[in-house]
Amino acid sequence: MLLVLLPNLLVIGASFMTRDPSDFLSLPLTLDNYRRLMDPLYLQVFLHSLYMAAVTTVLCLLIGYPFAWALARVDKRWQTLLMFLLIVPFWTNSLVRTYAVKLLLASNGLINSALQSLGITEAPITMLYTEGAVIVGLVYLLLPFMILPLYAVFEDLRRELLLASHDLGAGRLATFFHVVLPLTLPGVIAGVLLVLLPAMGMFYVADVLGGAKNLLVGNVIKNQFLDARDWPFGAAASVLLTLAMAVLLLAHRLSRRRLGEEGET
Amino acid sequence: MSQTLLSVRGISKHYAGKAVLRSLDLDIFDGEFLTLLGPSGCGKTTLLRLLAGFERADSGSLTLAGQDLSPVPPERRPLNTVFQQYALFPHMTVFGNVAYGLKMEKRPKDEIHQRVTDVLRMVQLDQLADRKPHQLSGGQQQRVAIARAVVKRPRLLLLDEPLSALDYKLRRQMQLELKRLQRELGITFVFVTHDQEEALSMSDRVAVMRDGVIQQLGTPREIYERPENLFTARFVGETNLFPARVTAVNGERIAVDIRGLPRDLRKREFPIEVGQQVNVLLRPEDIRVLAADADHGFAGKVIERNYKGSTLDSLIRLDDGNLVLASEFFDEDDPAFDYRLGEPVKVSWVDGWEWLLPMDEEADAIQA
Amino acid sequence: MKTWLPRTYLFLVYALLYLPIAVLVVYSFNDSRTAYRWGGWSLRWYEALFSNHAMVQAMWNSLWLALAAATVSTLIGALTALALQRYRFRGKKALRGMLFVVMMSPEIVLAISLLALFLLIGLQLGFISLLLAHVTFCLPFVVITVAARLNGLDQRLLEAARDLGAGEFTTMRTILVPVMMPALLAGWLLGFTLSLDDVVVSTFVSGPSYEILPLRIYSMVRVGLKPEVNALGSLLLVFSLIMLVISQLILMRSKR
Repeated sequence: MLLVLLPNLLVIGASFMTRDPSDFLSLPLTLDNYRRLMDPLYLQVFLHSLYMAAVTTVLCLLIGYPFAWALARVDKRWQTLLMFLLIVPFWTNSLVRTYAVKLLLASNGLINSALQSLGITEAPITMLYTEGAVIVGLVYLLLPFMILPLYAVFEDLRRELLLASHDLGAGRLATFFHVVLPLTLPGVIAGVLLVLLPAMGMFYVADVLGGAKNLLVGNVIKNQFLDARDWPFGAAASVLLTLAMAVLLLAHRLSRRRLGEEGET
Repeated sequence: MSQTLLSVRGISKHYAGKAVLRSLDLDIFDGEFLTLLGPSGCGKTTLLRLLAGFERADSGSLTLAGQDLSPVPPERRPLNTVFQQYALFPHMTVFGNVAYGLKMEKRPKDEIHQRVTDVLRMVQLDQLADRKPHQLSGGQQQRVAIARAVVKRPRLLLLDEPLSALDYKLRRQMQLELKRLQRELGITFVFVTHDQEEALSMSDRVAVMRDGVIQQLGTPREIYERPENLFTARFVGETNLFPARVTAVNGERIAVDIRGLPRDLRKREFPIEVGQQVNVLLRPEDIRVLAADADHGFAGKVIERNYKGSTLDSLIRLDDGNLVLASEFFDEDDPAFDYRLGEPVKVSWVDGWEWLLPMDEEADAIQA
Repeated sequence: MKTWLPRTYLFLVYALLYLPIAVLVVYSFNDSRTAYRWGGWSLRWYEALFSNHAMVQAMWNSLWLALAAATVSTLIGALTALALQRYRFRGKKALRGMLFVVMMSPEIVLAISLLALFLLIGLQLGFISLLLAHVTFCLPFVVITVAARLNGLDQRLLEAARDLGAGEFTTMRTILVPVMMPALLAGWLLGFTLSLDDVVVSTFVSGPSYEILPLRIYSMVRVGLKPEVNALGSLLLVFSLIMLVISQLILMRSKR
């Protein structure tokens, strides 16, 4: 049993290191790193990263919500196949998929070639190394993470509930807001959780598709750790990310409790 | 027949501070079909699991044919279990499931093959030996579970609500089949159920349990016709209850006052004094519904009639507000038989068909 | 009820999901030197890929790492799931919570936590550090896969085996392990894929002595487009497809 606990103890130990970032490498305890995080330059990166992650999440939700709904209503025989098709990308190397997006978006890539040969545009549009490219990449990689929990809640949503709501006199909109949305909310929150946090940390997407600009928090952390070797600062940045995670997890738990489900992990 | 095979002495068991079995005694005779009957939570399944060895008692002893069972782990006890929902091994064929226990005994291959084939033939599954459990119907799975347990020729077979997953018709059929198997094999059966009809029709003896205590142990007939307390009377079949006060005791007869009407009854073995309260119990089939102008009986109105095929059940509200259930066989020659709803009638019974219980205020309060 | 709208929508999203992958596969057979112009069919990039020794080495390294990480995390994960389900012990809640945290925390946080730990205990960054890190992030997924199956397992199966004369160990060997096999295999495949796919954690905890495939790809695709990556990506795609089909078949067989 000790063997079982070992890797987990590793993480506990490590998580203490992150929570106590200044204790590592230099002894004097200080809040300087956190103060430096508030530096306008970094704050801007942080906010920009948050903004891109938020846009990604919203896009994933907008695409994923109707998708999951439609998927849950498809004939059972097809659902297995469609689910399979959905998780194929999930099992495929994410760097390769990021690269595939790059292939499409490049200034002399497929989309630009198509646009030009169709005569819609004269010169290639710059799509790569923009904020949009990073967001497209993030949405592409993270969409399945939004769809899977949503699909799970939509599958549990019994059709009779909708019929009952209509039967009791609710219109389409009212049914949506009073029945469908509340019942699928846990799925929405789980999906948001699974998209928003990784979206801030996937530094390689920003690297490959965003060029030197359009950094994510992940890039800052990575640069500080591996390139600038400023550990305490990098750690402080990651603590902030962890805190954000904690808040979202809490929201997730609360929403589950509200639905009377067991708050078990 | 009446030689004790397994004796349970003073067994107690607690879960999280709650008593499930309270100092329970029970003797199981060699070759009998004993049923543990009771509502869920009465401790019947726990008792079975203790016998099988899946649970340990807090105190008390289990002795099987003179051998103390307590230190023996389940795999070495000479008794086997038929589980609720069967617990067939999903990754093994029917043959594999039945052979499992013999393989564990390290029997030679030929012997295993012979015994498994024999027992499968006995439960009429020899054609399906190569199927996996999920390819079988519920009734067939049930038979595999029984075959798997009896192939080891245990002294005692424990059956934990084995028929509860089957539909009514199949259940009736399996009841007969289990009875037949038990006779053919001569194995002692300990059968757990909450279905009183099942208990009455199959068992040699029934132990009615409540809250970890055996309320009554006896033949099905004793249990049904001569219940020792209100719980048994009510749990096993329907019962009409008439509270009565004793007005006189004359040798073998007593006079009582039931709701203002005097009645002469046969005395029972428990001590009876004048002025004492007693309960007069009557099964619905012992109740007679009479015309309103009859010279005896309690007046009331028919408020419900239920056609049951062979019988006609009537619910009658007496004038004092109490309800009486009567179940009568059809007598098409009797013009007065078919009462209308709301029709005034009188309710009575044939002398000597009633059953008397002392009134136990405390126990009765729990019942109510 | 009109069904064409949701269906069209599903189709569109699937098309978008698969467009980049399809382009990647088609271009992997492109004979042109520049990545964007179509120059006819060719296998030249596959050849280039396999004549690149460093690349082949990185492939083998990754494969070994994934095999080891999946196997170790399946073993530990199965035991953990069993312990969580069967025994009551102190810190059970904490253990469960910890697994959840590991699974939900952004990879990058896990990455620096592990890096900090490895440096603190003076572990040389290389195969061992990669293995430990990969086992750490695979473990929760294995535990969940196995625990789901364990929860669905009828405890009476194990009791039935005991009842029929099997000791504790024999029960494990003849009943528990076979019944759990699909979940164990599924957990193993998931771990294998996760390990093969990981970029974030590996970036932090790998050393120069042990280069693995995702990192090599990463360094290739950071700047510009490299035709070899098309070929490599297509190979990886086929590989993960095979793994996925296997795991689905296992799951389907176990559901019967």
